[in-house]
Amino acid sequence: MKTEFHHLQSAHCETGVTTGLMHHIGIDKITEPLALGIGAGLFYIYIPFIKISNGPAIAFRVMPGLIFKRVCKALGIPVVRRKFGSREEAARALDQQLAAGQPVGCQVGVYYLTYFPKEYRFHFNAHNIVVFGREEDRYLVSDPVMETTTSLSAYELERVRFAKGALAPKGQLYYPVGGHQVTDEQIARAIRKGIKNNAFAMLHIPGPIAGISGIRYTARRIRKWRDKLGLHDAGLYLAQLVRMQEEIGTGGGGFRYMYAAFLQEAMAYTPHPSLPSISAMFTRAGDLWRTAAVQAAGIYKGRLGSQEDFDKMADYLMEIADIEEEAFRALANIKWAAP
Amino acid sequence: MKQEDVPQDNGALGKMTREVCYATDKEGKYVTELSTGWSVKTDALDTAWHEIEERVAKAREKVLAGEASPLLFFMERRLMDMPTLVAYTGFWKWRIKKDLTAKGFARLSPRRLTRYAEAFAVSVEDLKSMTFHED
Repeated sequence: MKTEFHHLQSAHCETGVTTGLMHHIGIDKITEPLALGIGAGLFYIYIPFIKISNGPAIAFRVMPGLIFKRVCKALGIPVVRRKFGSREEAARALDQQLAAGQPVGCQVGVYYLTYFPKEYRFHFNAHNIVVFGREEDRYLVSDPVMETTTSLSAYELERVRFAKGALAPKGQLYYPVGGHQVTDEQIARAIRKGIKNNAFAMLHIPGPIAGISGIRYTARRIRKWRDKLGLHDAGLYLAQLVRMQEEIGTGGGGFRYMYAAFLQEAMAYTPHPSLPSISAMFTRAGDLWRTAAVQAAGIYKGRLGSQEDFDKMADYLMEIADIEEEAFRALANIKWAAP
Repeated sequence: MKQEDVPQDNGALGKMTREVCYATDKEGKYVTELSTGWSVKTDALDTAWHEIEERVAKAREKVLAGEASPLLFFMERRLMDMPTLVAYTGFWKWRIKKDLTAKGFARLSPRRLTRYAEAFAVSVEDLKSMTFHED
């Protein structure tokens, strides 16, 4: 059995799955940047008391599942989402949907994702794929970060659906329910709401570790890393920061470019004279994130290593925080023309 | 980032797919461009793996010196931290800590050993002898 699913390569897994599943139910105006923006997916957080792979816990995105949920809600599309206690039941539910012609989004762990190169396989459990068919023992998989579709054996799929540890997927599957129309006006409203949500998350979440203040917090920590951790471990920490920022899934620059693309696309639905210049600010922020990554690479490659080099890295982050703060304040202050 | 600046360095991911990047064209309009990888990020990944290899080697030495059990070796090899191993085995953390000592490991029941072997996706013999096959 095979459903009519059109594989769509994208930069990030969740925005990609969201876009692909939306197209499948006929809502093909939703692009990946629109999904990111409506889902208010751009974020920053540094959780100092948790370690991941012996390094700092840093994320450039919101909690897994949130983008999909917000996009569907904003567009008024009902969602089916299920988790399972038993592996048999999870497999049965998947087969049923496929037999009914419904491609299904699945949350999976990447450690045992066999088509990924070994270098990318860490215990990260919030990857998203679309399963769109089954041929004998093999499930047909549309992984949005891949150029083409791929497949997994029933055993391999079960293993990644039931990966364990942080953010364990518990066989989770989800899809939007078809048969709904979405008007341009609905998209415009969803865009404005997404912008508002994202500005709130980046500017006003209390505490020092999330949003713009989280970027500044990281900068202050980086200044101390060399003394506190020693050059070797400080380099590892910076490598982890860069991996989170540029790893498969962000479209470069920790989602900043994709967000800039979103603001450009927003012009078609809910125009405002300041959107193009704010979009350009996010491009500048993305560029600076990448410049900072080059600086970090100098340190973890051993080319740089003085305190000044760490300070320079921190200065980049401070500058980024200033730009993003200005950009989100400008977005929050937009007075949209009455529709 | 401008379209022509999208990096095309061959990285680990390049072996399996190119990846989508968002970049601006000559008019400043956003388009997508495929990238084969970026050396800065390849280096970050290499740095992480180099560290893992070192931790694995160190764990092996400790086990051979009788200072730790093969479980430590496999935790490092499988990139598992304590919460991940707890989740895969269903064992208590304090019990796992005991089993991580050479003495504790020698006392493990066959059933418990099997559970560990399953968590690390190896056979019980390989678990005991620290034999690891890439999969």
